[in-house]
Amino acid sequence: MVYVTRKIEFSASHLYHNPELSPEENRRIFGKCNNPHGHGHNYVLEVTVAGEPDPRTGMVLDLKELKDILQREILERMDHRFLNYEVPELAGKIPTTETIAMTIWNLLEPRINDRGQGRLYRVRLYETPDLYVDCLGNGP
Amino acid sequence: MKVVLHRRYRFSASHRLHQAGWSEEENRRVYGKCANPYGHGHNYVLDVAVSGPVDPATGMITNLADLDTFVEREILAEFDHVYLNEQVAAFRSAVPTSENICQVVFERLRAYPHAQVESIGMEETGANSFEYLPDRT
Repeated sequence: MVYVTRKIEFSASHLYHNPELSPEENRRIFGKCNNPHGHGHNYVLEVTVAGEPDPRTGMVLDLKELKDILQREILERMDHRFLNYEVPELAGKIPTTETIAMTIWNLLEPRINDRGQGRLYRVRLYETPDLYVDCLGNGP
Repeated sequence: MKVVLHRRYRFSASHRLHQAGWSEEENRRVYGKCANPYGHGHNYVLDVAVSGPVDPATGMITNLADLDTFVEREILAEFDHVYLNEQVAAFRSAVPTSENICQVVFERLRAYPHAQVESIGMEETGANSFEYLPDRT
């Protein structure tokens, strides 16, 4: 098995707020991430696809194709957006790194796996260099 | 869905790689300049990975403030700006290689009450990194 990883970056804002909790509870749990005006990050996304190289091309998948999928599914949706309000897949959810990583997994898995060559193995999303989340789907 | 949260922490500490039961020549042969009797230091980067269900009310595996407080208390308060061989009890009997530091850190963090500790990573320098994944049986 060979694992191929492509990295992209996007910048977006978000805030953490659960309307079912009191303002005090929101502040206690989410701290400064509860600021109603939001705040932003430069996210770094690493997408890893696993597979056997095609003997004709020597490639697990054409990285250009992966680049196009990431452009369409992720960058056009999330780059320079307020995630809470502008990304329908995140509406009503708390857009933590965990939640965004799982949402990205769900967006990419059919696009990558339905091509028939290579399978999505891991979505790694950095919110900062010191905080990142791996989403491994339902595991190998 | 399997989701793992990684949080990185930094501490600076000195150590010496040396086995008391070995001759000086043997220590020098195995550990090279790391056996220097006065010790030397590193800027360590610790990567703590935890997993568990994502709480729909918070979107979180664990609240980072809880994890940060726990790691500060269990590790950083004792490991930062010290001579590991002398000032951390576990390294009076085990040589403080990064391999051993990873395992000592895991043993201390495994009791974290809010999520399962999946792995412990350690960068000793930008060029040398280590990762401990406990056997799950």
